[in-house]
Amino acid sequence: MISAPDVVAFTKEDEYEEEPYNEPALPEEYSVPLFPFASQGANPWSKLSGAKFSRDFILISEFSEQVGPQPLLTIPNDTKVFGTFDLNYFSLRIMSVDYQASFVGHPPGSAYPKLNFVEDSKVVLGDSKEGAFAYVHHLTLYDLEARGFVRPFCMAYISADQHKIMQQFQELSAEFSKASECLKTGNRKAFAGELEKKLKDLDYTRTVLHMETEIQKKANDKGFYSSQAIEKANELASVEKSIIEHQDLLKQIRSYPRRKSKGSDLCSRETEYTQDRPSQAATTSDPEESADTDRYTCRPAYTPKLIKAKSTKCFDKKLKTLEELCDTDYFTQTLAQLSHIERMFRGDLCYLLTSQIDRALLKQQHVTNFLFEDFAEADDRAVVRQESAPAEPSQDRPPSRSLEKCPIPQVLISVGSYRSSVESVLIKMEQELGDEEYKEVEGTESGSFDPQDNLDCLDMDMKGSISSGESIEVLGTEKATSVLSKSDSLGSLTVPLSPQVVRSKAVSHRTISEDSIEVLSTCPSEALIPDDFKASYPSAINEEESYADDGKGAIHFQVGTSPPEPGEAEEGSVENTPLQTDASCCIGKETGGPQVPLSSPALTLSDEEGVVSTPPQRSRQKDQGFHVDFAMENSNLSSRDHSSEGFPAYELDPSHLLASQDGSKTSLDDYSDSTSCVSSVASTSSDRMPSSAHPTGPSSERHKKRAGQNALKFIRQYPFAHPAIYSLLSGRTLVVLGEEEAMVRKLVTALSIFVPNYGCCAKPVKHWVSSPLHISDFQKWKLIGLQRAVSPAGTGALHALSRYSRYTSVLDLDRKTLRCPLYRGTLVPRLADRRTHIRRGSTYYMHVQSVLAQLCAKAFLYTFCHHLHLPTRGREAEAAAASRQASFLQLSLGLVNEDVKVVQYLAELLRLHYTQEHPGAIQPTLRFDYVPSFLYKI
Amino acid sequence: MLRWLIGGGREPQGLAEKSPLQTIGEEQTQNPYTELLVLKAHHDIVRFLVQLDDYRFASAGDDGIVVVWNAQTGEKLLELNGHTQKITAIITLPSLEACEEKNQLILTASADRTVIVWDCDTGRQVQKVSCFQSTVKCLAVLRRLDVWLSGGNDLCMWNRKLDLLCKTSHLSDTGISALIEIPKNCVVAAVGKELIIFRLVAPTEGSLGWDILEVKRLLDHQDNILSLVNVNDLSFVTGSHVGELIIWDILDWTVQACEHNFWDPSPQLDTQQEIKLCQKPNDVSIHHFTWDEENIFVAVGRGLYVYNLQMKRVIACQKTAHDSSVLHVAKLPNRQLISCSEDGSVRIWELREKQQLAAEPVPTGFFNMWGFGRVNKQASQPVKKQQENAILFSLELIGDLIGHSSSVEMFLYFEDHGLVTCSADHLIILWKNGERESGLRSLKLFQKLEENGDLYLAV
Repeated sequence: MISAPDVVAFTKEDEYEEEPYNEPALPEEYSVPLFPFASQGANPWSKLSGAKFSRDFILISEFSEQVGPQPLLTIPNDTKVFGTFDLNYFSLRIMSVDYQASFVGHPPGSAYPKLNFVEDSKVVLGDSKEGAFAYVHHLTLYDLEARGFVRPFCMAYISADQHKIMQQFQELSAEFSKASECLKTGNRKAFAGELEKKLKDLDYTRTVLHMETEIQKKANDKGFYSSQAIEKANELASVEKSIIEHQDLLKQIRSYPRRKSKGSDLCSRETEYTQDRPSQAATTSDPEESADTDRYTCRPAYTPKLIKAKSTKCFDKKLKTLEELCDTDYFTQTLAQLSHIERMFRGDLCYLLTSQIDRALLKQQHVTNFLFEDFAEADDRAVVRQESAPAEPSQDRPPSRSLEKCPIPQVLISVGSYRSSVESVLIKMEQELGDEEYKEVEGTESGSFDPQDNLDCLDMDMKGSISSGESIEVLGTEKATSVLSKSDSLGSLTVPLSPQVVRSKAVSHRTISEDSIEVLSTCPSEALIPDDFKASYPSAINEEESYADDGKGAIHFQVGTSPPEPGEAEEGSVENTPLQTDASCCIGKETGGPQVPLSSPALTLSDEEGVVSTPPQRSRQKDQGFHVDFAMENSNLSSRDHSSEGFPAYELDPSHLLASQDGSKTSLDDYSDSTSCVSSVASTSSDRMPSSAHPTGPSSERHKKRAGQNALKFIRQYPFAHPAIYSLLSGRTLVVLGEEEAMVRKLVTALSIFVPNYGCCAKPVKHWVSSPLHISDFQKWKLIGLQRAVSPAGTGALHALSRYSRYTSVLDLDRKTLRCPLYRGTLVPRLADRRTHIRRGSTYYMHVQSVLAQLCAKAFLYTFCHHLHLPTRGREAEAAAASRQASFLQLSLGLVNEDVKVVQYLAELLRLHYTQEHPGAIQPTLRFDYVPSFLYKI
Repeated sequence: MLRWLIGGGREPQGLAEKSPLQTIGEEQTQNPYTELLVLKAHHDIVRFLVQLDDYRFASAGDDGIVVVWNAQTGEKLLELNGHTQKITAIITLPSLEACEEKNQLILTASADRTVIVWDCDTGRQVQKVSCFQSTVKCLAVLRRLDVWLSGGNDLCMWNRKLDLLCKTSHLSDTGISALIEIPKNCVVAAVGKELIIFRLVAPTEGSLGWDILEVKRLLDHQDNILSLVNVNDLSFVTGSHVGELIIWDILDWTVQACEHNFWDPSPQLDTQQEIKLCQKPNDVSIHHFTWDEENIFVAVGRGLYVYNLQMKRVIACQKTAHDSSVLHVAKLPNRQLISCSEDGSVRIWELREKQQLAAEPVPTGFFNMWGFGRVNKQASQPVKKQQENAILFSLELIGDLIGHSSSVEMFLYFEDHGLVTCSADHLIILWKNGERESGLRSLKLFQKLEENGDLYLAV
């Protein structure tokens, strides 16, 4: 709805192109250098250039104790998708960055093996050689036969676009956590079952051994024990011990903290895979426990086996597959969730972002958005998430309040930052073109967060670790990232500045600290870094600083002291800033609400090889009327500046940074591709409801496109499209009559984009009917495709149609006629201009949505203006209110003739929707007018 | 088919303006009903609607269930299941002032030979009587005596506690089709062609119990009596299958006036055999009356007639108000008349005074309807006579409500909520004044806003 037609350039149109649309040549001054990969047919917004795979996919890998890292499956499971991409190599890469402490075994001071309920770790990783960037989600599953009872797995979302990974980090993290939680729940279940079986085996073995020992005892009356008997006794003892151990394990796995399994409930509910699932996942506490127990103990089918004293060697046995490790229901559910993730993040980042913004804005228009928005999916998710919010530990404030507090500024800021991302791409290109020597120019991280919030955790993170000289990593353990995932994803679109991040990056070391996040990336150009760098800073306590100071790097990037050099970069930022502040400013005034933007993985600038990604960061900017935004270079500069001074002034507020940047003396050294940063995350969680504007699936996307295309065709083909659309908008049922089902269905689908909705349920559209219509059909449906048949039933249908002609407009596809009331307004011509220059279906769809959004706004105003509907002072004649209404509609809203009826109808729907307690409980009445109809012909 | 045949015969006589069915275009400026709500609950023909109070009504029909509705929202409040066969009569049982129970009660009679008393507030089945020999076809409540009567093949009298007080002997196999109360503790029962007047005797010191005495039989009707109503304190009216309308004195049960000639086609019997064949007696049967102080509005076949009680003649008519038989008529306060018919439509009429002397008296048209080309001499005789008493009124069609796909059995008018119609297509439709409803919704919206504290009044 919000999408303006000018954003639409980012959408891709493939099969429904009617005719190639040749744009007029741009004037010289507007021409920009061509995108270098344009010749390969790639569009400039998808960086598929270096990648060996055609589109994003999900890879599940395992670190097998027998064969090492190996890929298990990909989603979508189609070799065309990943093409020549080396899955084995990439599995090795992603499995080698697992930092979770999945220690199982005999910890000191414990008699029995202990299961560790380890948190998942979330890592962002880039491999520029492969042109692949990945969000990697590590998890461990339990397997009785595995070493230490654990099997490390990881799920990776692999994309050629690192921006996508970075900016969608929180969404990815949240979605993958659901999948992981689901998988782990299933695994625990299967593991418990496994243990039960094993216990039975052991029990049986013990009984057998016991009997054997008794027999031997009896047979042996000589008074001494044979070696055989001693062996048996030992065996018995070890079985006893084993039983105790396994019982302990079973107890542990059953005592898995209940709260953690809530995630799986969510994902199971959400993926709608719950047909026959027993209620245990839905219920949270004891019932499930007992159900589980029952399920595994009462399984009669299992007959215990005798267990050999010597277990099979590790390499003799075949390890269980992932599917075997997990309860089947849960496994299929996980797969469903994963393919959902794949669908969700499919497409270009720009598109994902716009649709996220779009949806976030729509969510705010909760009074009117039901009318024309296709909401089913997003709403479900919202509900689920709302439910989930309280389950998560909330520290700061209740989620709902925070959402109400500051939704609009966030969104707008993200719009701004989105714009800035586009611009920064341009800047980068200029740099590339202009300054050939800066081959390794790369973006840096940026991000801003509330200093106070992060103060504490920064300190915590100053633990040391050696950063690898060749990679930048983002590592997040679940604790940290779960915090992130809760913060508003929209905030992630902003490009705020955070000196602290960089500073902490400079000093922090790689640890397994739970709060740390690393950005990881490799690139072949590491060769450029002189060896002595690595040697001289073995501990790399302050890597960037060291590079900066050293100055021996092959490439220098001197910025800061000399004004001209950062110029280009600055220009970009200067361009950005006013735009953004403007936007946020004026909206801030309008809403009057406090502006508390949250930010996180900021945009990064990079060329194809060098990668610097940003850790997800939150930022809160309290009570600031505007939001300051910086371009990458600047932020990096200034942050470097501060980091070189050590770490004073955490309290720096972002606006201060501009000034400090001027005084920067530090030269920016070669941005070697390999920088390492471990940044901290604010551990304070703001439990706002995650907006995570979910893009709709590709199917609905295609559906929209097709609908738009067909609607466009309809408008061009039929001169009487206007009255037909007017009928739909004013709530008069339009019957599309035709012999051919496909044609009717196509047109009905196309026209359904004009049909206002009653509520959040499906649109009142019936695609194909062959039986005679009844009055209740007109109450229920606003757009009906009707079969014209020669059979008696068909004539019956026609007869019914003529009988109910006052409630319907009839579009006869076969005869190309339309019977409907007259339309003389101005609204529909704008909506459906015959001579429109819009050529693409999706563009037209968005055009329609934006016009309808305006219409909704008018209807909203009309509905909620108090004085229009109620007498202003005491007893007033009804006529006065009526005349006020009429003048408001005409003068204030600029509606003429029949347009008034459209707004009145929409207002009626709004009233119904607003006043009814149980949405969807009461069907709206069938409203109609006694107006004459006319017959239109081509 | 028939209609076109007849219509074709009429047009040459210059009666085209009185076409068989007056139609109104799609533009109906005076029709206030611009909103409708379809209520679905029944599985068979819905025959009865009865108003319970200001906002509730009950519906009943051939599926044997009674449904209580909210007339404002169209919400289904209760479904009363108890009868196994179709419901034949329904009546509200007014609660007594003295009675502690204030709940609204209704009585329903069914073809399963039971009568059930329902509590419409709780949906409870209060009591059930199943000792009937025959299906009860009509019910009447006599508030004055606090008894109620059931009429089937015999007439039974019951008190509020459903004790059988008295019972007549078997009257006829066709049974009592209508029953009304008249003064002097009497009731009139229509049994076939006869009207039987019974006197109810309340227990006194002398007699032991209640008694029903047959007082008189009135044999003036030629055919089955279809309708029987009490129009005012002075008279009651009956209408029969062959179009006889008789107005009776309510006290001495004598005929005050009788109208049957002017819609009785019998004069043409011998001369126009061929038409007689096509003509069903149904075309003149009197299905329903309604009345106000001055007039009786009669549904005769497909037509509507307004009979003035003082002038004792028809003052206005629509000979073919509908495509087929008119089943129910009602008078609205604003001189409007609503009729519903087997053709599935509901029409709204307005009784207007004609500006000039009527150029065309009703009976002319009526008789000419049956004449092909040549007007019968004998038939033209009464026409001449009636032309002298020029009609000053006319029924003008101001709107029609099309919604049902089958015969509209009955309707109910709510002053505040509009019109409820029930039909053989199993549906009930609530017709509302769209403008008023819109205003009400708006009011509700602002009320809710105010409740939520979201309403800020601008200065």
